[in-house]
Amino acid sequence: MSEALTSAPLPRERERVAEGRVRARAYSDPYLAGTALGLVLLASFALAGRGLGASGAFTTLAAKVTSSPDLHQSNWLLLEIAGVVIGGFASALLAKRLRFTAVKASRATIAFGGGAVMGLGTVLARGCTSGLALTGGALLSVGSWLFMIAAFAGAYALAPLLRRAWR
Amino acid sequence: MIALAIGIAFGFCLERAGLGDSRKLAGQFYFTDFTVLKVMFSAIVTAALGAFWLARLGVLDLAGVYVPETYLLPQLAGGLLFGAGFVAAGLCPGTSCVAAASGHGDGLMVVLGMFVGVVVTGLAFAPLRHFYDSTARGPLTFPQLLHVPYGAVVFAVVALALATFAAAERWERCA
Repeated sequence: MSEALTSAPLPRERERVAEGRVRARAYSDPYLAGTALGLVLLASFALAGRGLGASGAFTTLAAKVTSSPDLHQSNWLLLEIAGVVIGGFASALLAKRLRFTAVKASRATIAFGGGAVMGLGTVLARGCTSGLALTGGALLSVGSWLFMIAAFAGAYALAPLLRRAWR
Repeated sequence: MIALAIGIAFGFCLERAGLGDSRKLAGQFYFTDFTVLKVMFSAIVTAALGAFWLARLGVLDLAGVYVPETYLLPQLAGGLLFGAGFVAAGLCPGTSCVAAASGHGDGLMVVLGMFVGVVVTGLAFAPLRHFYDSTARGPLTFPQLLHVPYGAVVFAVVALALATFAAAERWERCA
């Protein structure tokens, strides 16, 4: 499968980069989007008495399917993640970014595997980038900052080995 | 209803920032795109400052906001694993939902992988339980740990964010 990646003809590679640049320009300024995201998080603190989340919706669904008593359950998060799907879809639709892209088998496999390892990580850590890093980061939680630093360290440590997969 | 509304706004912001695109997120770990860092830190600074000032003005009761609990070793190990999965997936749990919702096929694969990973961990939980509950510190925050005022830690986070933004901008100009 690495053969398919390395033998990709150069023009196609260039085209892909060019397309990436055009699409990247259409996205919002990251500081503006980040500030808006922070206001959403703040609204969640004020209106719901809690922050955002994502992995908790996965554990809730998994607990319902397998009736495992050890996985964290939150119907609030299940409803919130339904909103994330709607909001993400609506934003892409309005920005004309909605396009259904096929994935290569190699990319699909790595994406699936990465997702599974993240799943294990979120259960152990009791949260993810949303519930721990963003929420706890803003609330100055020690465990949240520890998780955030560990996550970046883990990602940077493995990144060189996956460079070919992202080319 | 509040949960759904907040979720919609959350998903909207993530997609606007370009965080439904795995290639863009992966760029963070190859020093080609610092969007992840900029968005995360902007959000943390905004919410931390907002929470501090709303509490100071008496609008928000911080004691009524749930603070994620600290479990030192599980969060260290979980974080390392999470990061490894993150760079492979190019998406985190929240952004994978946005990616899938905006038509990216790999987003759907990450969602499925996440679900399988969580299910398997839940079924094989017994040997993990002892470690999972170890080094518990409760809802510990830096102001409590360091015995410094809340505002001082918020200030430090803001300073750290600004320094990080400056470094990222400089790197992007040089690259």
